[in-house]
Amino acid sequence: MKTASTLEKILESGDLAVTSECGPPRGALPQKVREKAEMLRGYVDAVNVTDNQTAMVRMSSLAACIILKQMGLNPILQMVTRDRNRLAMQSDIIGAYAHGIDTMLCLSGDHPHFGDHPMAASVHDIDSIQMIQMVKDMRDEGLFQGGEKIDGPPKMFIGAAANPFADPFELRVSRLAKKMKAGVDFIQTQCIYNLDKFEKWMAGVRDRGLHEKVYILAGITPMKSVGMARYMKNRVPGMDVPDEVVKRMGGVPKDKQADEGIKICLETIERLKNVEGVRGFHLMAIEWEQKVPEIVERAGLLPRPNSVNSGAQNVRGGKP
Amino acid sequence: MITAERKPMEELIQCIKPYRSILLAGCNECVTVCAAGGRKEVGVLASALKMHFMKAGKPLEIQEITLERQCDPEYVEELVSNIDQVEAVLSMACGCGVQEIARRFHNKPVFPAVNTKFMGASERQGVWSERCQGCGDCVLGFTAGICPVARCSKQLFNGPCGGSTNGKCEVDSNVDCAWQLIWDRLKALGLTERYEENLPAKDWRPGGGGGPRKIIREDMAS
Repeated sequence: MKTASTLEKILESGDLAVTSECGPPRGALPQKVREKAEMLRGYVDAVNVTDNQTAMVRMSSLAACIILKQMGLNPILQMVTRDRNRLAMQSDIIGAYAHGIDTMLCLSGDHPHFGDHPMAASVHDIDSIQMIQMVKDMRDEGLFQGGEKIDGPPKMFIGAAANPFADPFELRVSRLAKKMKAGVDFIQTQCIYNLDKFEKWMAGVRDRGLHEKVYILAGITPMKSVGMARYMKNRVPGMDVPDEVVKRMGGVPKDKQADEGIKICLETIERLKNVEGVRGFHLMAIEWEQKVPEIVERAGLLPRPNSVNSGAQNVRGGKP
Repeated sequence: MITAERKPMEELIQCIKPYRSILLAGCNECVTVCAAGGRKEVGVLASALKMHFMKAGKPLEIQEITLERQCDPEYVEELVSNIDQVEAVLSMACGCGVQEIARRFHNKPVFPAVNTKFMGASERQGVWSERCQGCGDCVLGFTAGICPVARCSKQLFNGPCGGSTNGKCEVDSNVDCAWQLIWDRLKALGLTERYEENLPAKDWRPGGGGGPRKIIREDMAS
């Protein structure tokens, strides 16, 4: 064990892990964080707290993570390279760890172009791979990125994203290998709708034995309507929604589309359970958090192990 | 070259409204090549401004001159004979030229007539694209001749983000994804294994992070 992270414990036990996410509110409303997070209690192992997602200003990930921590949940601090230079990142990482936050996700972040402050300057002092390296060196070497010693290094369990669907596809396995070289411990993937392509990517991952050295959580987002399916297909960069999924959503009456979306999502989870190297699921129910318990339950992912001592079965072969 | 685009007419009019005579100074270098502030553009702008102020009943006297290089003190010195005859200077050079005039003629108001944009190359007739941000520590030798600092919207040093689609950038489908270009070149060069080498966090001091930059060539400086 590299850290005290509950997510690491569960993944190491070999059980399938389940994570979900909580997007902080666009205002100083701590109650909103609590309401969203409370819905997830007992159904997921850890909760990603997004960092100004879609480049819109929201309550800071760190602040919302602290609220989750105070609720007794396991937050995953998301951090993007868009808004902070390496000084700000490192101070927030130390600050987070001082509050008991021991798991984080390193991202480059959506470009300001997509948000409500398109006039803002992007920082991008370092990229997401360099951030992984920085967090790893802080943890394992006890060194700041600038080379000085840290008095009390933060021991973060380090995550990153992977998008098997973006172009060029042929270097997407390599990109994962680069993140691993930098020191990533776990991966949460882009939402998976094109299962054939995902399985092809996983085959490439297994060919190189990468799945034995990193925990991969498959990204799942249930669709509420055919409108959402079309939007994801046409408007969200790097998202791969096959025509048949859109057709299937559109093939049922409007009031049944949400149910169909959940059905697709459950079928996806079932199929991915059998893909070697998939070590869990990351459920991104966008503004639909209340559906997470139902999905987790119907997907047969309950009960969640509370800790390493919960007697979780070693079904996936333990340490990667 | 340094690229530039002329400012909107309305903004220029507001700048020079208080004056009765100006010197309109073009530059024969980059802004000539990108058709923003060369001799031809000086002529066109001078006519347009004269016309405007004539119609407004407030004739404006304009002296036109196009220097060989406005960023070079040797050529800026040529303005000495004109400068006292005008109340202000409107420079059509890049920001470097405007500042050189401000430095040399301390008491003379100077205004930029163009917006200086970027260091770029001509893609085709009438189209220029950014190629370099002057980061001071060139990585082109490593990235197969395509710059991730200037040409990736997120300045990623280690490969494409998750938004690269059909070779285009997620921010603008008219812009090539720099990492797609790098990958294609690495393939053409038989160097794909290089992609898996991680580039470490950049030292931004040579790129301006250490304050305004200066080059001193001991062998040339007097």
